[in-house]
Amino acid sequence: MPKALDQENLGQSEEESVADFSGFNDSFGTRVAHFLHNNPATVPLIVLIASMVIFGILNGSRFFSPFALTLILQQVSIIGIIAAAQSLVILTAGIDLSVGAIMVLSSVIMGKFTFDLGLPPEISALCGLLCGTLIGTVNGMLVAFVKLPPFIVTLGMWQIALAANFLYSGSEVIRSQDIAQQAAFLQFFGGTIRIGGAAITYGVIFMLGLVAVLSYVLSQTAWGRHVYAIGDDPEAAELSGVNVKFTRVSVYALAGLICAFAGWVLIGRLGSVSPQAGQLSNIESITAVVIGGISLFGGRGSLAGSLFGALIVGVFTLGLRLLGADVQWTYLLIGILIISAVTVDQYIRKSV
Amino acid sequence: MKYIRTGVAALVASTCLAGSAFAQSSISDSSVCLITKDATNPFFVKMAEGAFQKAAELGVALYSYAGKFDGDHETQVAAIETCIAQGVDGILLVASDTKAITSSVQQARDAGLAVIALDTPLDPLDAADMTFATDNFQAGVLIGEWAAKTMGDTSDARIGLLNINISQPTVGVLRNQGFLTGFGVEIGDPSKWGDETDSRISGQELSNGNAEGGREGMENLLAIDPEINVVYTINEPAAAGAYEALRSVGRENDVLIVSVDGGCPGIEDVASGVIGATAQQYPLDMASLGVEAIAEYAASGELPAATEGKDFFDTGVGLVTDAPVDGLDQLSVEQGRELCWG
Repeated sequence: MPKALDQENLGQSEEESVADFSGFNDSFGTRVAHFLHNNPATVPLIVLIASMVIFGILNGSRFFSPFALTLILQQVSIIGIIAAAQSLVILTAGIDLSVGAIMVLSSVIMGKFTFDLGLPPEISALCGLLCGTLIGTVNGMLVAFVKLPPFIVTLGMWQIALAANFLYSGSEVIRSQDIAQQAAFLQFFGGTIRIGGAAITYGVIFMLGLVAVLSYVLSQTAWGRHVYAIGDDPEAAELSGVNVKFTRVSVYALAGLICAFAGWVLIGRLGSVSPQAGQLSNIESITAVVIGGISLFGGRGSLAGSLFGALIVGVFTLGLRLLGADVQWTYLLIGILIISAVTVDQYIRKSV
Repeated sequence: MKYIRTGVAALVASTCLAGSAFAQSSISDSSVCLITKDATNPFFVKMAEGAFQKAAELGVALYSYAGKFDGDHETQVAAIETCIAQGVDGILLVASDTKAITSSVQQARDAGLAVIALDTPLDPLDAADMTFATDNFQAGVLIGEWAAKTMGDTSDARIGLLNINISQPTVGVLRNQGFLTGFGVEIGDPSKWGDETDSRISGQELSNGNAEGGREGMENLLAIDPEINVVYTINEPAAAGAYEALRSVGRENDVLIVSVDGGCPGIEDVASGVIGATAQQYPLDMASLGVEAIAEYAASGELPAATEGKDFFDTGVGLVTDAPVDGLDQLSVEQGRELCWG
């Protein structure tokens, strides 16, 4: 096992030694499995590049234009951010179904606090972020201390946050033009840097920065290694002195905060505050995470993978639309990708 | 009880989570069920509001149900079954699945209930006793004609269309085909969109009828054809999303956006130049007329007749714009504001 690769996955140090032990009779298959185990983002990266090449050949310059390529980044920015939150939770072998609802509720709070309560938009944005963190913390407490299954806790929280969103907003949209006039700060993430035909929004930059920072934190800090350890084997982690409960709560709280940021980015993207947005974000984020090679069983995968997963979905969606294909083909192919990704995950689990 | 009677919010809460019902205490004998697609779309929120107001005025008991989301057929079937069991006089139904719901509707009619389809005609139309709706084709024709007259020479038009979703619900098809007809584009089969061969059509995309989908759909249209200059949108939230996409590429001032609905935010978008013209419909009227009709049916056994020349009761449509053209009946933004909903 090449030691240089260890950097990629410090949380796996225990398994690493087991892998070394069995390394005497490595076949090609197990070598591949080891490599993928230590570089979980490789498969989605290959799929991403391959799909870009294929759609590039099929669509020509319409696809390989700065406009179309940066458009994909813009279109996946929300799901990319949500997927980062989802990844954190899934790495601990949990799941968060409430991500989209937290996002929308937070964006509604940012808008309503500004327009109904007359707060400065900076304070409203802060309140929205606090709300997201708070909901995430409640999720985490219920999972860590009351020991409820994450699926059930977040299934409930999804409904609660969504209903609160519709009750509080009365399903009413806050118009883009009103926000631009009175609270342009809320549209901050919609700001765009243009270079030729390429357009990069601050939302996209935030997504890329978030993935970079979280990747660093997960691989280089004690907290990050604890996240992996809990996902791998919570009892072993507990016995090794990891504060499992605190780490769990912090993961859900951080996920909530990230979702609230996604709500802010959403205002930038839509211009308006729309209570109807983001209804499928939970499913879409799980899709990105799974295609990105993060194991639903926890403890394995990387943040970059989930970003690649979100981008793969974006490339397929735009590529097929440019070809004029029926949108159902997008869903069909994404479905195949999901099942393939989980199959690869199982293969890696069994052979390592 | 009083809170429930007046509180649309409570209605939203109950229906969006469980499709459950709130009843209003009754002083007369007649009772009505209102079943909408969902309880979150402002259109249905306003519709329920109109129904509750009229029911209170007439002393009719009103039970309100809604699907959990647009397209939630099962909850609507369960709601119809509940209404039959409750023994109400009639059902006002905004169907999610216009074909599949007809067998449940037949059950209700067999049990002696009057069923009035609101907003969305059933398929076939005569599966319901009567339909109270906007003439969606006519709504499309109005905005199509307005767009054509505003452009003058339509030979350089490059049209993008933002529809609801891939299942092509009748409302969306009628508006789309009406728009193309009004604009002067030859439509193929009027029962579906997407079979037109006119080269002026750059693309047909989906919006899910909300801002998020509208933005993504418009971005996809721009990727297909960056020179698009006329955009039809299924409703005003989709139009607002499309405008954001155009704004992000600096083309918001050279594209004509038309829409349908007439919600208050949409009318404000007409005022501020986001939307060129919108065809306004009147959901409060649909609901209050519906409650009245069922109350009348309970008393006399008679239902109102269809609008002359149409096979349904037309609740009207108005073209709202701040840039009027010659030869069309148009409402100003101020008039539109007075009549707007949501």
